[in-house]
Amino acid sequence: MEKKHSEANLRTSRVQSVFRELRRNKALYLFTVPGIIFFILFNYLPMFGIIVAFKDFNFIQGFFRSPWVGFKNFGFFFKSADAWVVTRNTLVLNSLFIASSLVLQIGFALLLNEIRNERFKKITQSFMFFPYFISWIIVSVFTYNFFHSEHGALNRLLRSLNMPTVNWLSRPQYWTWFLTLIYDWKWTGFGVIIYLAALAGINEELYEAAEIDGAGRWAQIRLISIPLIMPTAVVLTLLAIGRIMISDFGMIYGIIGDNAMLYPTTNVIDTYVYRALRQLGDIGMSAAAGLYQSLVGLALVLGSNLLARRFSEEGALF
Amino acid sequence: MSYRRQIGPTAAFFIYLVVGLFSIACLLPFVFIITGSFTDESEIIKRGFALIPQKVSYSSWVMLYHDFKRILNGYLVTITVTVLGTLISLLVTSLMAYPLSIPTLRYRNVIAFFAFFTMIFYGGMVPWYIIVSRVLRLRNTIFALILPYTINAWNMFLLRNFFRTIPKEIAESAKIDGAGDLRIFTQLILPLAKPGLATVGLFIALGYWNDWWLGLMFVENHRLFPIQLLLRAIVSNVQFLRSSTAAAIASDASGIIPLEGVKMATGLVTIGPIILLYPFIQKYFVKGIVVGAVKG
Repeated sequence: MEKKHSEANLRTSRVQSVFRELRRNKALYLFTVPGIIFFILFNYLPMFGIIVAFKDFNFIQGFFRSPWVGFKNFGFFFKSADAWVVTRNTLVLNSLFIASSLVLQIGFALLLNEIRNERFKKITQSFMFFPYFISWIIVSVFTYNFFHSEHGALNRLLRSLNMPTVNWLSRPQYWTWFLTLIYDWKWTGFGVIIYLAALAGINEELYEAAEIDGAGRWAQIRLISIPLIMPTAVVLTLLAIGRIMISDFGMIYGIIGDNAMLYPTTNVIDTYVYRALRQLGDIGMSAAAGLYQSLVGLALVLGSNLLARRFSEEGALF
Repeated sequence: MSYRRQIGPTAAFFIYLVVGLFSIACLLPFVFIITGSFTDESEIIKRGFALIPQKVSYSSWVMLYHDFKRILNGYLVTITVTVLGTLISLLVTSLMAYPLSIPTLRYRNVIAFFAFFTMIFYGGMVPWYIIVSRVLRLRNTIFALILPYTINAWNMFLLRNFFRTIPKEIAESAKIDGAGDLRIFTQLILPLAKPGLATVGLFIALGYWNDWWLGLMFVENHRLFPIQLLLRAIVSNVQFLRSSTAAAIASDASGIIPLEGVKMATGLVTIGPIILLYPFIQKYFVKGIVVGAVKG
């Protein structure tokens, strides 16, 4: 009896202390309210909205009154051939993006680091960074210009070399590689900035010591520069692996659009969900596919973060 | 730096060559669409786009000029969304980021986790779409193009990192002098955080400028199409162009409408402002990327 009483007392005093803190810094806590409201409206409400994945949703009955159907929507999705195809495409494309960008971004950062002509370095670096500023719709204008079967610059080049032209926009096998190429075109300059910052943080004395020991420049790059930017590379890669189930919808849908002939290699989970929602109107199944993506994604983020933390305290996201 | 042994001249030559070629490759697509917009339409149809056209023509630009109203409308939508969106977003984001940068605020970590959780879990496109369109009823309003991007955790933490670099003694001594938190924030902290605000503000503005996802999801009314979505309609939908009254005016003597060239010209018009501003804004983005990459 007495124990219960003291527990209740403890609770009220804890509640009191919370209120005391909130009152003491009233203005500061109030500052965070608009932000919290926006997070609730656009992030947290949709999280609770995932119940539609377990419902036969219709707009008339809405979130709460649409009938429950258990896992039926998941059954539909996983029994379709699409589930495997879109998962595979998502993983293949993202793996290629991660691997190629790792090599190119580190490679170009190391090359730029050797350039002693500051002006050349500055200009080339600005050129490389520029694609980051361009919308995917503009990129789709570029791909139209290059790859269009009749008017494309690539086929014009092939014709002028007396080579057979290719109907690029109906050959899915090429687009895994084209998309990788486009991804690296857009992101190399961005990544180079991160790795150049990591290279700039290396203590100059290490190079001087290596110099005294007779190490040439290549040995210095191999034995000092590369090992010392590895922590950055590992952490960035692990974080990217954590997001491997998620595609850049703007990129894939902007470039491929509704060209069904390219779906076999380019339809990813995000574009699949979009089409199921907007073009087929199958709300339950598209929500189920989306929830599958979110849950696997969450597990991967937590797992890769655990690895990142083990690798370096600094590197973990949380 | 000077005592570092240099790389040999042959290796140096190849390094300059590779870096130079790659940086040119990054700009090459832009050259293609510039020349594409000045290529004679019959050449494009017969032979295709090329780096250097054989027959130069201005008819694409003539057509674009006569279709200017539509482009102007898209521009107005995008400018409104970018300006309004950046201001609202910067206000809400900085108001939330500042308290989280104060190490003595007891519940800052609870609030930070609330924001952080949105980075690792996403409800998915479907419930988000239903909430924004049916529950908040933003469909076919300009707010649908602004409000969903008002706050995101990445920008918020980036700004918090900037606020953290301001010495805490400044706020503390002002507090002793009797200043309230609102006054400290608006009159002391915000002016000191200007470089950080500029950086985060530019990230936000670029996001709004280049966005077409919100328009694709929530806007059917062509008058509310931002410039990117308009460009998409022009590139992927021939009907959209043919219906234009400008088509008749710009077609040449043989009656060919520059449908292909005008896609390139419109594309150029949408990136014009970015090209003009790029030399001035680049350094802010570089700074933001470095600060953001250190601790997300």
